[in-house]
Amino acid sequence: MELLAFGDTGWGDELFRATLMTIAVSITAMIIGFLFALIFTPLKLSKNKFLNFIANSYTTIIRGVPELLVIYLFFFGGTGAVMFVASIFGYNEYIEINAFITGAFAIGIISGAYSTEVFRGAIQSIDKGQFEAANVLGLNKFGKFFKIILPQTLRLAIPNLSNVWQITLKDTSLISVTGLVEIMRQSYIAAGSTRDPLFFYSFAAVLYLLLTFVSMKLINRLEVKYSRGY
Amino acid sequence: MDLELMINSLPKLLNAAVITLKLLSVSLIIGLFIGLFFAILRLNKNIFINRFAYGYSYVFRGTPLLVQIFIIYFGLGQIEHLRSTVLWVILKEPYWCAIIAFALNTGAYTSEILRSAFQTIKPGIIEAGKSLGISNKVIFYKIQIPIAIRQSLPAYGNEIILMMKGTSLASTVTIMDLTGVAKYIISTTFKPIEVFIVAGGIYLFMTFIIHNVIKFLEKKYSFN
Repeated sequence: MELLAFGDTGWGDELFRATLMTIAVSITAMIIGFLFALIFTPLKLSKNKFLNFIANSYTTIIRGVPELLVIYLFFFGGTGAVMFVASIFGYNEYIEINAFITGAFAIGIISGAYSTEVFRGAIQSIDKGQFEAANVLGLNKFGKFFKIILPQTLRLAIPNLSNVWQITLKDTSLISVTGLVEIMRQSYIAAGSTRDPLFFYSFAAVLYLLLTFVSMKLINRLEVKYSRGY
Repeated sequence: MDLELMINSLPKLLNAAVITLKLLSVSLIIGLFIGLFFAILRLNKNIFINRFAYGYSYVFRGTPLLVQIFIIYFGLGQIEHLRSTVLWVILKEPYWCAIIAFALNTGAYTSEILRSAFQTIKPGIIEAGKSLGISNKVIFYKIQIPIAIRQSLPAYGNEIILMMKGTSLASTVTIMDLTGVAKYIISTTFKPIEVFIVAGGIYLFMTFIIHNVIKFLEKKYSFN
């Protein structure tokens, strides 16, 4: 137990900060994923074959290639890509991208592919009559989307989005390979310096279980909120 | 684009893909038995057995696979007592540690898939078996299991693909699987995009094959 003490003698405060880091990366990645889904879901539903192809390639490639490989691509390729873009604008110094941004972006792209599929499924399962009714009411495009389609989409999407959240949360453990100090990395450091890997990795498992448990409870509340009236 | 590097690294990556496939198939076979075992425990009416099986699947589905591998590979070696037993022969090999972690992980997901498949079997089918005078054991092996397998094929196909991606974590415990070799080539040549295209292409190809095999099996075992 003294291993978990706060302060200089134990790893409690370090692990606490690492847990906050895991939460921060997960939420950032989830938001980046939503942004990607916002772009790719309309492409998936579009009637244009070419746009369809782009969106399908994105979801197929990301869901068929290991997360770790995608993270390595960003970790090793991210700096090069940013420096290439910067060099176009005449900036040739070395740029180092923050591990948080690289990690959140890599996980975000992965999470986005899953979110895209969830939103596509949810929008497709909304009754056609709803679209027609919105037209008949004379709502404009924004009103139609925000007042009629989106609330119903959210209701259908939340159970599946909670799965995406779980996947994203667990995927953040892979960012530890890039050196970002989240739960996994901190446990690795603590295990290395105390030579007690069994304790620290088991404790990491407990932290992850706690995070998934608490987030499930919160999401369940959200689910109730969005399905009132059904 | 460095085409030469892509062509040169292809044979190395293909060799590594064989290791990935080995890891995948061995852990899937062990995981299937674990999954079946725990699915049967979940159907048990005894609350302790039931809770135990639920706890197993909850813990393994609620924690990252990486933690599970690290606990088994780095953690178990720490127990002095274990080092002197026969088990140590297996547990000191990263290859077997990875397989144990993968099998336990996929076993948890498989148990959930099989459990829901067993629960969706209509009671009428089992009653029909009973009224024909077939023993409970035979009903289980000859009626419930085949129907459950058919029911769970689509979900299990997804699980196979997820597990294939999961095997990439073996590279974190020094195994040179497809991702391990890809990372090695990337870190020596600093050409991440080229290597990603080749390695990712191999992964996608394997996903494609698995997807189609499952589709074929679904058709073959469909009820109509």
